[in-house]
Amino acid sequence: MLRSSQPLTGPNRKRCREDELLLGTVLGEGQQGFIIDTRSAQAAKQARMTGGGTEPKASYPQWRRLHRPLERGRPLQESFTKLVEACNDPATSTERWLSRLESCRWLSHVKAALSTACLAAQCMDREEASVLVHGAEGTDTTLLVTALAQVILDPSCRTLLGFQGLLEREWIEAGHPFHLRCARSAYSHARLKQEAPLFLLFLDCVWQLSRQFPFSLEFSEHLLLTLFDNAYASAYGTFLCNNEKERRVECLCKVKESTLSLWGWLNQPAERKKYLNPLYSPNALVIWPSVEPQSIQLWQGLFLRWIRSSQYLDEAWAEVQRLVESS
Amino acid sequence: LCHFFVQVENVRLLDRLSSRKSALGTLYLTATHVIFVENGSETRKETWVLHSQISSIEKQATTATGCPLLIRCKNFQVIQLVIPQERDCHDIYISLIRLARPVKYEELYCFSFNPKLDKEEREQGWKLVDLNEEYNRMGIPNNYWQISDVNRDYGVCDSYPTEVYVPKSATAHIIVGSSKFRSRRRFPALSYYCKDNNASICRSSQPLSGFSARCLEDEQMLQAIRKANPGSDFIYVVDTRPKLNAMANRAAGKGYENEDNYSNIKFQFIGIENIHVMRNSLQKMLEVCELKSPSMSDFLWGLENSGWLKHIKAIMDAGIFIAKAVAEEGVSVLVHCSDGWDRTAQVCSVASLLLDPYYRTMKGFMVLIEKDWVSFGHKFNHRYGNLDGDPKEISPVIDQFIECVWQLMEQFPCAFEFNERFLIHIQHHIYSCQFGNFLCNSQKERRELKIQERTYSFWAHLWKNRADYLNPLYRSDHSQTQGTLHPEMAPCNFLYKFWSGMYNRFEKGLHPRQSVTDYLMAVKEETQQLEEELEVLKERLANLQKSQLYDNKTEQRDRGKQLGTSTSNNSLANTPQEYSNDLKSFPSRSPSQGDEEDSALILTQDNLKSSDPDLSANSDQESGVEDLSCRSPSCLPSEDSGKDSDEAVFLAV
Repeated sequence: MLRSSQPLTGPNRKRCREDELLLGTVLGEGQQGFIIDTRSAQAAKQARMTGGGTEPKASYPQWRRLHRPLERGRPLQESFTKLVEACNDPATSTERWLSRLESCRWLSHVKAALSTACLAAQCMDREEASVLVHGAEGTDTTLLVTALAQVILDPSCRTLLGFQGLLEREWIEAGHPFHLRCARSAYSHARLKQEAPLFLLFLDCVWQLSRQFPFSLEFSEHLLLTLFDNAYASAYGTFLCNNEKERRVECLCKVKESTLSLWGWLNQPAERKKYLNPLYSPNALVIWPSVEPQSIQLWQGLFLRWIRSSQYLDEAWAEVQRLVESS
Repeated sequence: LCHFFVQVENVRLLDRLSSRKSALGTLYLTATHVIFVENGSETRKETWVLHSQISSIEKQATTATGCPLLIRCKNFQVIQLVIPQERDCHDIYISLIRLARPVKYEELYCFSFNPKLDKEEREQGWKLVDLNEEYNRMGIPNNYWQISDVNRDYGVCDSYPTEVYVPKSATAHIIVGSSKFRSRRRFPALSYYCKDNNASICRSSQPLSGFSARCLEDEQMLQAIRKANPGSDFIYVVDTRPKLNAMANRAAGKGYENEDNYSNIKFQFIGIENIHVMRNSLQKMLEVCELKSPSMSDFLWGLENSGWLKHIKAIMDAGIFIAKAVAEEGVSVLVHCSDGWDRTAQVCSVASLLLDPYYRTMKGFMVLIEKDWVSFGHKFNHRYGNLDGDPKEISPVIDQFIECVWQLMEQFPCAFEFNERFLIHIQHHIYSCQFGNFLCNSQKERRELKIQERTYSFWAHLWKNRADYLNPLYRSDHSQTQGTLHPEMAPCNFLYKFWSGMYNRFEKGLHPRQSVTDYLMAVKEETQQLEEELEVLKERLANLQKSQLYDNKTEQRDRGKQLGTSTSNNSLANTPQEYSNDLKSFPSRSPSQGDEEDSALILTQDNLKSSDPDLSANSDQESGVEDLSCRSPSCLPSEDSGKDSDEAVFLAV
């Protein structure tokens, strides 16, 4: 699986031999590859006007392009804000709750993200074809898809350490601009242009997987909530800045020298226990989630976290832990 | 061993979610079931559907591939068949219409079902749930409440049981007088008594008050209820209908209690819609479930439009109100709706469940249903269509109650001794007519038909298999299992979830395919076994030490067995869904290619227990049902299907 940003085809349909060669080397003789473009066909076409575009079929004959539009940017942030508002609003009657939930569109985004990641995984696992994923910049929906696809495909990404490695690789080092995207979260009225909860969407999708495959992830919901918190505000330097260059060179305080790593903290024996899933049993197979609407649920642990007591559910988890530990 | 009278080959069984996964096989009709047996060498996947479960049959337009037939079941299974010849399809359609609409009770499965128990075992089965014992457990009879035999020949109210519990100060005269002033003669009687504070829940039907009628005995009856609780100087009267409906009833000479006429009552409407609204609501929700590849939008809109969860919440809220009145205020409550056999039953049983942890145990739950539904004359036949009847009487009343219980289980995972599968199994058998408990409309009718002598008790069957229905998180000493449950009423709109385990029960693809319940039960059992072994070994060691002998042999324990099998279901759990709308992107694959993981769901007796972690009520537990003896003399001998199941076990992969 490969990821990139959009090719700069532009309005004059420019070509780039090196790019074509590079992609050509990925595939063997007569093999087919898939390009999953996370923009709609129309949006991708329009991108040409501003210098971007798509890979023309003629120049990349072995690659078949599939469009799976995923929401990003402003609209995604709006979706998030509306959902949080809806959850917080005591006046929403039961009669109107579902339509209100629907109008936020958040769950639709979860469904779309999971479907696309599954599609990528299916290309690789079932069709045994290589996949190239990109959107426009290659820093948002692209990473969402590649990271999620790996959780689906690769059992080592479902271990506590493996998942951290996945985050380092596919989000942090890959250059997801955390500083821009995770500045204010959902309550702020400042409508920041670059703010968008892609990382949260990823965590939500991982949570959906954990619900559908309760034995297959080594880590618990607690880890996902901790990651969410730390992406926005952290005592650690892991999610600082927007990319590796900023962290090493441009940032006045050199991140690696001046801050502590979240992973360092999490992996301490005493800490890490809290993030483990007591039901974990390594599953060597691919986990294929259902993306039917009935199978996708509101992540109550996150969205209702401060709104309703989780006492009874916590007690249930404690009981699960107790049962497993005493065995 | 099963006798069939119709057989059609080359029938196709379609999968709703995946058009690739249709199966080819043979369709059989027997006196009691529709059976589809899939072709294929080793895997003889079978789908069995009881005629009683059939809710509707739809013949669709003939296409190039054949004649489609859609069977919808009361347990929410939907079977889509494609029959090659129009003639055969028509025959099956006509036959099923007749078979699914029996006119006599004797046609029902419970009269031919034979679990191979002797007469005494059958009797014992019926004695398992004893309501007298239950009222004793509550602390009755006592100074305030007594049993009354005024209805011993059903002379006062023919939909009530022969034994009713009434306040000490309610004489036979008062009871009879009150019954004449109540719809269907359903006078106020005791449903639940709280011995800690003497508050009670009583139930009745609506008073025949019209605009201004009064009845002294009925007023005295309510006073008697109030007096039976010295801790409070008033009682609540809760009418579970929307106010408008109740008021409209006045024009028909019925209505509700006037606070001016009844001393010391506080009257309260808690609007729950009627059976027709509920029937339509379910219908709409099932339509959403039948959508092909719905978007999130389609689903959420459709669900909201059906109003289903809103109704569930209304029932729950009423139950919470009553439980609070009893537990926190110590005030007795009289509940009624129109006839006091639908909403009243729902609300009283929800309230009881919240109040008393006993009803959250397996046995207690069976007792609860027996008390508030069976004995108090809930019209099972009319509501669930045992026999062909008025379609306007059909309504998912008990289904809603069962869902309320599930919603509570989701909010309080440690509070119930039983699990989701228990509830689904109960719902299944309310419609199956395989046992005699849920037949007819009243105790009187059941006695006339001699149900207990001619059929078997479902409770006994359930009890025998109770190990499958346990909730591993339940501990009788856990805080959630003590005392009253307090569900949040607001804000809580988002706490009501869509129950896909029930309404999409047979669509395996939708559910987590690894059962946490099964795994934890296995863990729990194993821990218990090891602890017991440890005890035995300790004892033995002590004995050995006493006799100064040392045995060097160590015991081998097959540790891994149970845990291993329950988590090795990974291989069964994984097939991709259809994520790509354009199937043309992928070369067509034959079903056998690359799906080895999913091929092994063979329902043999041996691997039933360990290999099937799904949520459908596995009839594998009905071990005695190898023999489905058929009474018809014209039955042809058939091959031994080797099948334990007598209910639908839909093995779509």
